[in-house]
Order: sequence, then C-alpha cells, then structure tokens
Amino acid sequence: MFRAVLKSLLARKIRLVLSGLAVVLGVMFVAGSLVLTTSLGDSFSNLFATAYQNTDVQVAPKPAPGQNADSGPSAARGATVPESVVRTVRGIDGVRAAHGEVMTNGTVPLGSDGKAIPSTTGQQYGGNWSGSDSVVQLRSGHGPRAPDEVVINAGLAKTGDFAVGDPIRAIINGKTHTFRVAGIYGYSGNRDSLGGETSIQFTTATAQRLLLGRTGVYSDVTVTAASGVSQQTLADRIGSRLGDGYKVQTGAELTKKTTDSLKEGLKFLNYILLGFAGVALFVGAFLILNTFSIIVAQRTRELALMRALGASRRQMIGSVLLEAVVIGILAGALGLLAGIGVGAALGYVFTHVGGGNLQLSIGVPASAVVASFAVGIVITVVAALFPSLRASRIPPVAAMRDAATPDRPLTRISIAGGVVFVGGAVVLGFGLFGSLSGTATLWAILAGVLIAFIGVALLTPLIARPVVGAIGRLMSFSTAGKLGRRNSARNPRRTAVTAAALMVGIALITGVSTVLSSVQTSIDRLANEQIKADLIVSGQQTSEVPPSFDTALLGRMRGISGVSSVAGIYRTSAQVDGRNTAVAATDDVPALEKSLSIQRSAGSISGLGDHQALVDSKTAKSDHLKVGDTVRVKLPRGGGTYTVSGIYSSREGGMSGWLLPHAAVAGFGLTNPTSAYVTVSGSGSTASVKKQVDALLADNPLITVADRSDYVHQQTSTFDTVQTMIQILLTLAIIIAALGVVNTLALSVIERTRELGLLRAIGMKRRQVMSMITVESVTISVFGAVLGLAVGAGLGAAVVRALHDQGITQLSFSWGLMVAYLILAAVIGVLAAILPSIRAARLNVLNAIAYE
Amino acid sequence: MATSVTTATGVAARAVDVWKLYGTGEAQIAALRNINVEFERGRYTAIMGPSGSGKSTLMHCLAGLDSTSRGAVYIGETEVTRLGDKGLTELRRDKVGFIFQQFNLLPTLTAQENILLPLSIAGRKPDQGWFDTIVDTVGLRDRLGHRPTQMSGGQQQRVACARALVSRPEVVFADEPTGNLDSRSGQEVLGFLRDSVRQFGQTIVMVTHDPNAASYADRVVFLADGAIVDELHDPNADAVLEKMKNLDKVGEHPRGDA
Repeated sequence: MFRAVLKSLLARKIRLVLSGLAVVLGVMFVAGSLVLTTSLGDSFSNLFATAYQNTDVQVAPKPAPGQNADSGPSAARGATVPESVVRTVRGIDGVRAAHGEVMTNGTVPLGSDGKAIPSTTGQQYGGNWSGSDSVVQLRSGHGPRAPDEVVINAGLAKTGDFAVGDPIRAIINGKTHTFRVAGIYGYSGNRDSLGGETSIQFTTATAQRLLLGRTGVYSDVTVTAASGVSQQTLADRIGSRLGDGYKVQTGAELTKKTTDSLKEGLKFLNYILLGFAGVALFVGAFLILNTFSIIVAQRTRELALMRALGASRRQMIGSVLLEAVVIGILAGALGLLAGIGVGAALGYVFTHVGGGNLQLSIGVPASAVVASFAVGIVITVVAALFPSLRASRIPPVAAMRDAATPDRPLTRISIAGGVVFVGGAVVLGFGLFGSLSGTATLWAILAGVLIAFIGVALLTPLIARPVVGAIGRLMSFSTAGKLGRRNSARNPRRTAVTAAALMVGIALITGVSTVLSSVQTSIDRLANEQIKADLIVSGQQTSEVPPSFDTALLGRMRGISGVSSVAGIYRTSAQVDGRNTAVAATDDVPALEKSLSIQRSAGSISGLGDHQALVDSKTAKSDHLKVGDTVRVKLPRGGGTYTVSGIYSSREGGMSGWLLPHAAVAGFGLTNPTSAYVTVSGSGSTASVKKQVDALLADNPLITVADRSDYVHQQTSTFDTVQTMIQILLTLAIIIAALGVVNTLALSVIERTRELGLLRAIGMKRRQVMSMITVESVTISVFGAVLGLAVGAGLGAAVVRALHDQGITQLSFSWGLMVAYLILAAVIGVLAAILPSIRAARLNVLNAIAYE
Repeated sequence: MATSVTTATGVAARAVDVWKLYGTGEAQIAALRNINVEFERGRYTAIMGPSGSGKSTLMHCLAGLDSTSRGAVYIGETEVTRLGDKGLTELRRDKVGFIFQQFNLLPTLTAQENILLPLSIAGRKPDQGWFDTIVDTVGLRDRLGHRPTQMSGGQQQRVACARALVSRPEVVFADEPTGNLDSRSGQEVLGFLRDSVRQFGQTIVMVTHDPNAASYADRVVFLADGAIVDELHDPNADAVLEKMKNLDKVGEHPRGDA
C-alpha cells in the first residue's frame, strides 16, 4: 500500500508541489516567527549581559508615581538620588567603587537638516560621561571638559554624520541647545550602540543641570563590589543601610529585567506573525482539501478497482491520509528551513536598522521544529479527511462505469453550511456584544470568524451557480469566453472551494479596512465636533518621552495680535488615591474648556484654586466622587491633597481624566507644556497667526502647529500605516489562494484533456484556448473576491456596530480599496491562468483526443 | 448545387509518397510506407485494415492532426504538410470535419451549441437553411436543447456528424464512427453519412475495421503493414470480409496502431 501511495505521489509532482506550497508558506511563518523571537531574545540577552557587566549593584530612587518600575532609566525628570547617597554607599564595606550616574531618556538630537534623528527603539539617552571601561570605549576625541562639550555614541555619529569637532544640536525639555562633539564612543565587540539607541553624554554638572534640573543629584548610583563580595550580599548590605527610600538591585537582576521586558515586546511581534501564519494555514487547508478532492474524483476508477480487488474501506482512507502525511512531512521540513531563513533575515533587519549593528545569534528552538512538523502534518491530514472519506465510499462497481460521476445535490452541504454559518455568527456576536472577559472575547471573535468562514465556504457551491453565471456573462463576448464561463460553473464545489480560499483573504482585508476607516471617520467627526480651537500646537512623539516646548512660548503666543486665548497643556503620570493614571494641568481653564467643548456636570468648572481639581463625570462615577470630596495625588516630584471643585463632561473620545491647577505643574515629571490650544479672535486671521506661531516654534522641530482640520487628519494618519501593514501581510493569504486557482485550473486542464483536444481538432486556435482558460480563472477569482468583499464588509460592519459604545458611530466602507481588491482579484485570475493555459494550448491534439 | 453533386470531379484530399516513421536506427518502425492515394470529391471512402496496419495514422496525417516523416498531403489545393500550427488550426476549422469514436461532445453545451461550435469558434454566422437541413437529416430537431449526458450514444454521434458537416468542409474524416454504438444506431449513423455524400456532395473518409460499415462506402482502400495493398469499388460486406481475411494472413507484424 505504501509503495502504491508513493508512486501515485510521484506521478503527480506538480499537484504535490502546488498543494504542498501552501502548507510550506504557512509553516514558514510559524517557524520564522519562533526563530526570530528566539534569536532576537538571545541576542538581546547577550547584549544586556555586557551592558551591566560592570555593574554589581545599582541604587535607584523608588519609581515615580504612575511609572513602570521596570522601564529602565526614568523617563524625563523623575525622582533623583542626592550626592550624599553616593558618599554613603562608598563607605559601605565591600564596595570597591561607586559613582553617581545621570541617565535620562528624551534627549533628542537634531540632524543637520534641523529634523529630529529618530531612534528605532524609542530610546534617546542623555547622561554624564564617566570615562571608558571594559564596555564603553572612547573611539576618538576626548571626554567632555567644558559645559558645551559632549561625547556621542558611534551609532548616532553614523546616522547623523557627526565627526569630532562638529557642532550638534539637541532638544532637552523643550529647548534646543547647541554643543560641540568632543568624542565618539562605542561598545565592546565593536558595536556602535547597545540596541539602536542614540546617546549624548555631557559633563556631570551639565548633565545634572540640563537633565535633572539641579546639581548635586543623580539618576542612580552604580556600584562595583570588592573581590570576594557577591552581588546579592552587597545589595543586601546597601539596602539595609539606605532603608526603604531606594531601590537596590544587583546587576544580574537588572539584566534579567531588561531582557524580560524586551522579550515581552517581542512576544507581541510573535503573536502578529503567528496570526498571519494561522491565516496562511487556514487558506492553505482549502487548497489541500480541493487538491485531494480532485485527485480522489479523478482516480475514482482506480480506487474502485482497488476496492473491487479487495481493498477495505479503511485501506482506502489510509491510502489517501498516508499521501497527506507524506505531503505534510515534506512541507513541514521545507517550511522549517524557509522559516529559519526568514527568521534570520528579519532578525538581521531588526538588529541592523538605524545604525545598530547588534551581533545576531540565530537560535532554532525545539518548539519551532516540533511546531513545523505538527502544523504541517495536522493541517494536511485534516484537509484530506473529507476527500479520504469520499474515496472510501466509492463502490467497487464504479470501476466498470464511466468515471464521470453525476453531480451530487447540494442540499445537504448547503444546509450544513447554513447551520455552521449561523453558529459562527452566534459565537461572533457573543464575542462582540456579550459580556465576556478580555481574552475570552478575543477567542470568541476569532472562533466566530473562523466558523463563519467555514460556513460561508460550505454555502459557496450554492451561491456559485447564479453568481458565477452572472460574472461570467460579463466576459462571454466570444465563444472562448462562453466556454470558459460554462467551465467555471461546471463543478460548483470545486469552484466554490477555490474561490473560498480567496474569499478568506479578501474578507479579512476588507473587514480590517472597514473597521479602520470607520474608526477614522468616527474620530474625524468627533474631533471636528469637539475641538473648537483654531490652532493646535503639539508634537509627534519620536521617543518614550513626549516632546514639549518652553513655557515662555505660551506668553509669546498670547502676545500675537489676533489671538483671543491660549491654553497650554501639561501632562504627567501620577497616582490618584493610589491608582496610577495620567493627569493634566492648564494655565487657562476657561480657554481649555472652550477649546474642547467641555460642559459642566456639577460644581464649578470655571476656574481652579491651587488645591482644587476637576474630574470628568465618568471617572467621578466609577470612583464614587462628588463635588467637595478630597483626593490624594502623588506626582513624580511632589503632590498633595486636592478638593474636587467641579465635575465636567465631554463627549466620547474627548477630554477625560483629572485636571489639576497650574500650580501643580511644579511637581510634574515634565514641567514644560506638551501642547496648546490657540483660539483666534473674530477679527484675526488664522493663517497669519499660524505663521507667527510657526516662527516661535522654529528652533523646536519636534513641535508643530496645525489648523483644526490638519490636526484631526494627523491624529488619524497612523491608521493608514496600520492598514498598509496589515494589507501587506494579508497579501500572503491572497497569494496562497492564487496558488489554489492555479492548482484548480491545472487539474481542470488535465481532466478536460480530451475536450481541449477536440476543440483544437475542430479548429480552435491556441489563443482562443488560452483565453478560454483565462476567463474561467478570472471568473473564479472575481467570484471569490465578490464573496470576500461581501463577507468582509459584513464582518467589519458587525465589529463597528459592537464598537458603537466606544464612540465608533460612523460606519464607513473604503470603496476605493474594495474596488482595488476586485481588480486585484481579476489580475490574480489572469496571472493564475498563465501556466495552465499555456499547458492547455500546447497539448498535442492527437494525444489529447485519445486521452483517457 | 445539383451540378457539383452529379459531376463530382476533382480531388478533395491526397497523399503523395507519405512515410511515417517512429524511432531511429535499429528500433525504427514505419507506420506508413510510401503511401500514394487520392480521395475524390463527393465520394465516400473507407480505409480498412487489420490492427496495426496504419489506417488511423494515415487518417491523422491526412487531416493534419499528425505530421508525416516524408511526403506531402493535400486538402484541396492546400499542402497540409507545409502548414504551421496556425495554418493547421485554420485548416481544421474551415476545411476539415471530424467524427470520433468517442463522440467527443462538450458536456457543457447543448446539442445545438455543439453542432454550431466550429462556426462560433471561427466567428462565422451559421447558414440557417443549411443548419435546418442537417438537423432534419440527422433527425435531432427535438433534441437541440439537450446536453450530451441527456442523449443516447447514437444521438450523440449524430450530433457529432452534424457538427462535422455544419461548416461544409472540404472533407470529413470519421475515425471508427460506429465503434462505440450498437448495430442499429451504427447503421443510422452510416446511412446518414452516405446520404450526406449522395445528397450534398460531401466528401467523407472513414477509418473502420468493420466490413459492414465499409460496405456503406463507394470505395474501400485496404492497408496492411503501412502500405496500400488493395482497393474495392462499390463494395458489399461479403467482398470486404473476404479481402480482410486475406490481409490478416499478410500483415502479421504486431505494431502499436496509432
């Protein structure tokens, strides 16, 4: 039996390759994502092992309220360690050396074009230069000696094209400063950066003044242990000496924490890649199902003969499944190899982007090997299950009959499809509208979509006849076209499964773009309704620290003629009654309220005393707060007790959260405003005010001023990027589906060899044969696309409906994209037909007529 | 065109010094050896011979379905053996009709569409009068809307005959047209072919191994071992059978009959 299976496989090499290719692509994604995350994880582990190589113990202040305790160097101006602690630590037994380190995120270097130089990791460090050691190595120049001298890392020097002696500008806390590059340094192992970050190092005094706001304080204290003292012992000693006010961590702990948080980030990437692997495999399963169905149908006589010769039903099932297992193993192996290649290539891109030349160590986890084969085999076997059952039901007498089996009625499959579809819709509805917890919701939605897709696929044969006929009619202007249309309607099941594979990909893309464009439209509309300011001053965030501008600029904006009001916004992380949250403050409460259409709900919202705060009605409700209540607010550098003086309400998606008085800004992590709303008086010209505000912001390229409609558009422009990314990834699913079309056509050509021979014999030209096959192909593809657009639009509409309470009130279809997908499908149809049609046109007429 | 029917002059198809060789060197086999034959216009010719005699190969070469190794084949004034694929395709479309043993109808098309297929491939309008004449002759008037699967073998072959005649080809080649039919359906088809020669002046070349089928023809050409060995005019079944018996004794070389 095994020999017979192998022989039949080898006899159908093209079929094997085509159906296997889909699985190979799916497996490639699975293996690739696992290899990538393992490799990057390993590489970063090595990296941070060296980064903390010279740190045995680190003493840092307790994290500022609301800040993530593990997020590395404290963002912006947080809590600090005073000079005295450094001296205390130096005196502790077992300490060989201790020095104060200044290191903050948010020092944004500017390129020679005046634009900010971005960092791939979002880390733009500023700090104090503490000389070379075994990790940090000065490559050229010298350390900073004067307040305007800096040392920069080689990564930054390369991206910004800086050399020793060059001037360099950087934005620190909203102000642009100019320095001179005194030296360029790298890291051990000839690395230009640790992980793609930019870093500018000043003299200690300059670093303290610019980055921490005052001299005599540090971000943390780096301690090396005397020989024979373990990291843990020393950490315990320092901890007990300094008391609860400081966080004392060993170098090993720091390495692990940083690596863990990075791996957490990689997990996200992993999920995305696995998600697309899932889509690819789901679509691939259709392809395999179809291939095996056709193979079984074509071999009806052969299989019946085997039955007649005494093969049992079980052997028939076994023979088909064995074929599937062999394909699965081969596809798994190839997919694994391709996945290792893809993982390594992506890893290289990730580690070398933005000047970082991180040493990449390729790791192939056992899970990748196991998953590749498991996925490959399981998917193929599951897909081959139905065809194998069909093979087993072939009666022996079929060996004696003509191979052409009559079309079975579609009633049963359609009823099943209807039931499955409704089931999927119910699960999906439960996920979207039901009250499930976070993860359960996600799973319900995924399962619902998956089941609904299978339901639609089962219903497809029923829809195929009328729809395919209608689509085909558009193309049947010639005899060849007419024949092509008839051929595509000939086997509704086969057409259906082929089209269904395309349907899945197109439905997903359509669904996603429907949701995104609805969200975009809704936000656009909300923002347009809410924002009453004429000009909005804000920054594009390029690092973990939001860009800010000098407070003094607010006053100068007010001085511009034609400006009626300016509301500067300050933001910070904080703790309100023990809860982490973000809070805001403004220097002009009424102007802010006017700019953002804020309504009074209770109390007074027209102004704020130094110990008063406003809160939105939703937060007030969830926290059971009313006017007159007091709350304890902990700020990064201060805090206090505030009385709720008013409760405001705004529309969904508008302003929300705590609004503190202007006086509280002193305790914020960032004491500069991050945005401002400018209102122009009736007699003023928005355009001329904008020009003047622009001039004020000239030396701070991170901050821009936009009029209302531009601003609203900026806010939603990220969706375009997301949409493009998803489209690129889902294109894979469509490519696999295109393979399915090629496969179906190739098999149809083989099956209809005699017909093709006859057509050629009675005078059909090669070109006509090719156009006949092309019409069939385009009909199938367009059918799949139409189905996908319908299902995707429905799916998207359901999700948008579910998001209604979240403020997504506008259902908007991206018609342009949908038309583009339809055209894409037609193009796929034409491309898919190339090889099969050439094959058909090249058939030897004589052999074809005699073909059995 | 009553005159052309009675005066049936000229040659519809001819083979001149045709050789068909398979393989090379020692393994070379000649399927056709120096064939010289003419098929007059308006005549019904049967090609007969035992299995492996080369009769099907000869027909394929005449019809432009297969290439010759040496020699020339003409349909009317056209030298088939000099045509490329495009020319052959147009030749088959415009000057040649085919009838196969396996009927070879397109299952997606109705009887009428199958009959008109050669014209619609060529993009020509059918001559309604001629179409009606053919349909009535083959007796398919009430079957025109049916698909091949809804018809009997005899009916399908009559559709195939009508299809071969609809474009008024120079010559119709029929390859064992009764091979898959019971004797009554076979006789209907043969009678219809003979009528088309008598009434419409059609030229038909038919390959068969059935003496009874051959007896419907005006002339029988006998092939053995790739060469024309004999000929009969206005044959009857017994005479044909007699000739065939002799041929069987001659041509004992087993060979794959193409």
